[in-house]
Amino acid sequence: MTKRAAAPPDEAGRPARSRMSPAAMAGWAAVAVAGGLGWSMLALARGEEISAAWMVAAALGTYAIAYRFYSRFIATRVLRVDKNRATPAERLDNGVDFHPTDRRVLFGHHFAAVAGAGPLVGPVLAAQMGYLPGTIWIIVGVIFAGAVQDMVTLFFSTRRNGRSLGQMARDEIGPFGGAAALIAVFAIMIILLAVLALVIVNALAHSPWGVFSIGMTIPIAFFMGFYLRILRPGRVTEVSVIGVLLLLLAIVAGGWVAESSWADTFTLSPGALVIWMVVYGFVASVLPVWMLLAPRDYLSTFMKIGTIVLLAIGVLVATPTLKMPAVTDFAARGDGPVFAGSLFPFVFVTIACGALSGFHSLVASGTTPKMIQKETQVRMVGYGAMLTESFVAVMAMIAACIIDPGLFFAVNSPSGMIGSTVESASAAVANFGFTISPQELAAAAEAVEEDSLLSRTGGAPTFALGMSEIFSAVVGGSAMKAFWYHFAIMFEALFILTTLDAGTRVGRFMLQDTLGNLYKPFRQVSWTPGVWFTSAVVVGAWGYFLWVGVHDPLGGINQLFPLFGIANQLLAAVALAVCTTLLVKSGRLRWAWVTGVPLAWDVAVTLTATWQKVFSGDPRVGFFTQRQVYQDGINAGELIAPAKDMGEMRTIVTNSTVDGVLAALFAVLIIVVILDAGRVCYRAIRHPEQIRLHEAPFEQSRIIAPAGLLATAEEKAELAAAEAAARDSGSGDERPEPVGRRA
Amino acid sequence: MRHAARLRALAARVRWFWREATGEAAYDRYVAHARRNEPGAAVLSRREFERRRTDAREADPREGFRCC
Repeated sequence: MTKRAAAPPDEAGRPARSRMSPAAMAGWAAVAVAGGLGWSMLALARGEEISAAWMVAAALGTYAIAYRFYSRFIATRVLRVDKNRATPAERLDNGVDFHPTDRRVLFGHHFAAVAGAGPLVGPVLAAQMGYLPGTIWIIVGVIFAGAVQDMVTLFFSTRRNGRSLGQMARDEIGPFGGAAALIAVFAIMIILLAVLALVIVNALAHSPWGVFSIGMTIPIAFFMGFYLRILRPGRVTEVSVIGVLLLLLAIVAGGWVAESSWADTFTLSPGALVIWMVVYGFVASVLPVWMLLAPRDYLSTFMKIGTIVLLAIGVLVATPTLKMPAVTDFAARGDGPVFAGSLFPFVFVTIACGALSGFHSLVASGTTPKMIQKETQVRMVGYGAMLTESFVAVMAMIAACIIDPGLFFAVNSPSGMIGSTVESASAAVANFGFTISPQELAAAAEAVEEDSLLSRTGGAPTFALGMSEIFSAVVGGSAMKAFWYHFAIMFEALFILTTLDAGTRVGRFMLQDTLGNLYKPFRQVSWTPGVWFTSAVVVGAWGYFLWVGVHDPLGGINQLFPLFGIANQLLAAVALAVCTTLLVKSGRLRWAWVTGVPLAWDVAVTLTATWQKVFSGDPRVGFFTQRQVYQDGINAGELIAPAKDMGEMRTIVTNSTVDGVLAALFAVLIIVVILDAGRVCYRAIRHPEQIRLHEAPFEQSRIIAPAGLLATAEEKAELAAAEAAARDSGSGDERPEPVGRRA
Repeated sequence: MRHAARLRALAARVRWFWREATGEAAYDRYVAHARRNEPGAAVLSRREFERRRTDAREADPREGFRCC
């Protein structure tokens, strides 16, 4: 559809705008109509259940239009990507970490690195306000904010030899902004790890099937690690095939264990799971990478990509109907049981990954820019991979909205609100305005062979229920429901545990680096006392929040998830501020709105959310009001529900204080970064002659490779010419991939 | 015959893509790179190369970090 004749550049050297052929215009019009139809069905359906296929149509139609037009505009007009400029991968090629990688391979790597549990959790929680608000934010957010951030960060980091976000903040904004960015990354890492671990604890508590299957991943990973280290180094495919088969066996065997006399051994309380998690996090992060982390990484990546592909097929084949209303009453009232607060700003912090995720800027400014072959490919890799992640978030939203809304609220409300019996839960859900009978609640748990599904907060169990619904409609019928449920739990737990290990290592590395300023040996990553000490500090920090989350009578997810969202959006603010500053400093002031508008929106959302979390007079929302209410209760000797004794009352007071201080800290960090970036931009506009850019100098690229997924006619001709030239000169560079080199 | 040839070419492309994506091709790339620059250069054995590649993550865990 993108076939067009090569247009000569205009006088200013810009490529002239190409005209679309009538066929292409008709094609894009059809895409627009399909997307528009999807949106109107989603928005106008009132009272009746509609098919999830409309949500898929709205998403894919909008992505296609945004990718074709908006991302192209950013690449050619704003960033002015230059196919003649050699990337760091070409200039610094060392065959190991810097090497020009095929764009489709790199897209795969980049997508696998950015997509994790985040896009599966946030949308599920946001579904309490109905499917519409979350879906709009996922789709609109990604095309104007999330994908833009990823692509622009990738571009600027590529121009700087793959400098990290923190380094770019220090170089281009200054030491103040750089330090704030560093603290932000560390704080986010801690909250992120605690929340992800909490998701797993809630999914595995009192579930012998889950605990056994996840536990088995450790010996499986050890086996794979030894295989790759000692038996057959580097044979990733064969060992991964064995690993995945063993993993499936572990899921099936979990079902046998749950029915056997071993069940009690593997039935763990949330408190016990916290201790196991912390022990795992510490041991895994001090073991050598090859033993546990590297093989787990292979396993979780294969499972992740495989399951996402299966899920997409499942959604398209089964086309389930959405049972959740488009907008629930909680959206306006802000008293939802899953998380407190009104639609603005809390939907926008709850759904971070999938719409706008600051964390991606760490991946987009690290590994990927060292491997990108051509500058022109930042569009496909940066923007394209983020659109794909957004689609994963849409599928998570679908999974949450096809299960019965009554069941959704019984699974996602903290036990302080709905009690611990199916009768009390059924009554509480009726109070929320949805109906589900105690028998139906028991039957739902029975169908997936769990004792209870009540208050399994954190998103993973809900997602697993939706996924088992979709998969069992395609393969195996209701007999397979329990298998698919535990398959989904395993799939999330697998990469969350990998993240716990890898994230602890990153936090430790940052801590070692900082402590190295005080006492030099800390900087040596091989100094064992330093490694053990810093690992213990990092694990202790997230372990504390995990412990708190599990024992908080108000519900850990309810309290901590907004903090996680705020932290992630804070990092996005840092990334967008760096991008905007760079646009201004590099003479693109005219286009600074491309990242400036998402930045303004992100700052508005994050500051409103932190303001409410700190100052709101509603004890469900404001941490300090909450603290005051319970402190007054303690002083007066009165118990306030859901606390059951004075110990719980004191727990709430402590937790609210810590959470409130953190929220305030995040707000201060955002303000520091924005003010510092603003100062730099102002100076750059007033004194353009003083601007110092830290860009690597231009070098002519010799690689010829297409920019997008498919080569255009123009690119094919260029490739053919390069190949012919190479044949003539007799260079026997055998490459099955379509890449040419200028002689 | 032409079908068979086309199928073989397709299989080669898939295999190439898979090896690149999983990192199995990393060693071949390293050897090719080392030989290109200095034909007589001493190259690491595969075992040694894979060891160093994995251990590099120990030195800087930010490389290859995955997101939430």
